[in-house]
Amino acid sequence: MRDFFIKLASLNRTVIYTIITIGVITPLVIPLNLKQKMSPPTERLYQYIDTLKPGSHILISTDYDPSTMPELQPMTVALIKHAVMRRVIPIVVSLFPQGVALSLDAAQKAKEELNARPDTDYVILGYKPGFSAVILGIGEDIRKIFPSNYSGIPIDSIPAMKNVKTYKDIALSISLSGSSTPLAWVTYAYTKYNEKLACGVTAVSAADFYPYLQTGQFIGALMGMKGAAEYEYQVNKLLKKRKLGAARSFFAIRGMEANSIAHLLIMLFIVIGNIGYFLMKKRREV
Amino acid sequence: MLQKKVPLAIVFVFGIVSTVQYFVPHPLSQAYYDLMLKWLIGVGSMAIFLALASFLRHHYSKLKNKKQAPYSLIAIISFLFMSVVGFAWGTGPSSLFQKMFIYVQAPLQATMFSLLAYFMASASYRAFRAKSLEATLLLVTAFLVMFSVTTFGNYVKGVPSLLEWIMAVPNMASKRGIAIGVSLGGIATSLKIILGIERNWLGG
Repeated sequence: MRDFFIKLASLNRTVIYTIITIGVITPLVIPLNLKQKMSPPTERLYQYIDTLKPGSHILISTDYDPSTMPELQPMTVALIKHAVMRRVIPIVVSLFPQGVALSLDAAQKAKEELNARPDTDYVILGYKPGFSAVILGIGEDIRKIFPSNYSGIPIDSIPAMKNVKTYKDIALSISLSGSSTPLAWVTYAYTKYNEKLACGVTAVSAADFYPYLQTGQFIGALMGMKGAAEYEYQVNKLLKKRKLGAARSFFAIRGMEANSIAHLLIMLFIVIGNIGYFLMKKRREV
Repeated sequence: MLQKKVPLAIVFVFGIVSTVQYFVPHPLSQAYYDLMLKWLIGVGSMAIFLALASFLRHHYSKLKNKKQAPYSLIAIISFLFMSVVGFAWGTGPSSLFQKMFIYVQAPLQATMFSLLAYFMASASYRAFRAKSLEATLLLVTAFLVMFSVTTFGNYVKGVPSLLEWIMAVPNMASKRGIAIGVSLGGIATSLKIILGIERNWLGG
């Protein structure tokens, strides 16, 4: 038994990679259909959007690129769908050039699955360089920063943007990012303009944002694939309730199942590695 | 000499004026602020052209190297292809540009990042050992956090609240300490740049 564990503790890398591959692929092919329970930061964000008055506006900033897309793109899709169903108008901007194409793709899903109308039910304003200047500029006058939408239609002729001038007209701004961009929103949009904020971040950087949740600078947050899956699950429930079951998406839910299996396998490897380490240490001492 | 003095003077003047502006709610101050925002966006746009020029120059110079030439050639061709497609047929939701991005570039970039799962599994197996008290504490905490961020963690009573506690108490205490330190460092560095003490940004 001892030799078996010592052997197990020096597994070849190829074996580990193969086990991880099987562990990730299996739940994607055979869904586990696990229930996703909302964590407090997700629930706070969901409830906030869910209780907004119809006709209100939220701003979604897709500050990410395809490398972090598996975690963040389902958040964008779920947030847009939720807002559209609640008749809240999402205005989508991007501080990252590649974020625009991703937000277009997310909005396209809402358009196809919920018959959402561009420039009426949602607005894509696109990318503007300048980072902090863009966040600050929206606080002064969004028209000066985005004189037209992504397709070049002047903002004044977009019905959904009729009463939107500054952050005062936007009930919530959400930064979805795989970096520290949400902190720039805290520095510029919250501190200077008192804008209500939330964020969606990758799991690897989630720990950085807890202090801002505690202070209330973020009213809620989606933490990694788990947060995305929780939100997607909740939006799916709402879609089913409204007999729009065909519009449900499972990208984050399936991803989270694969992610969970991968985590359990990594934990198993750590246990095996440690058992082998202690057995070898004991043998050396003898 | 002038090459250094002019940028230093610009940074000093705009640094001081912009700091003072923040506290002055006068229409003139607001007009200056609006103008600066426009300039910032303009400078940001120019930086994109610089990046493109740098990208092309870098890969063009590598075309002479036989080993690296194929990769650089692919990079240049891909860049030109996407530019032509974007300018000729637009970048709308159903354009070829968008399709190339969503079905080619996005999976490629996402795959590169996803490879981390393999390295993490292999590294945690080899390096995550309870060699000392500190390492054991780290191991146990990581173990708990890892389990609680899985969907299975939701099914075990007490695990989600334990995760919330770890994140909201020990994690937050250290993160807040780091954030305060970084902010103070940022203020000090900004002051040094405005006053011309720190000149590394000028190129040493």
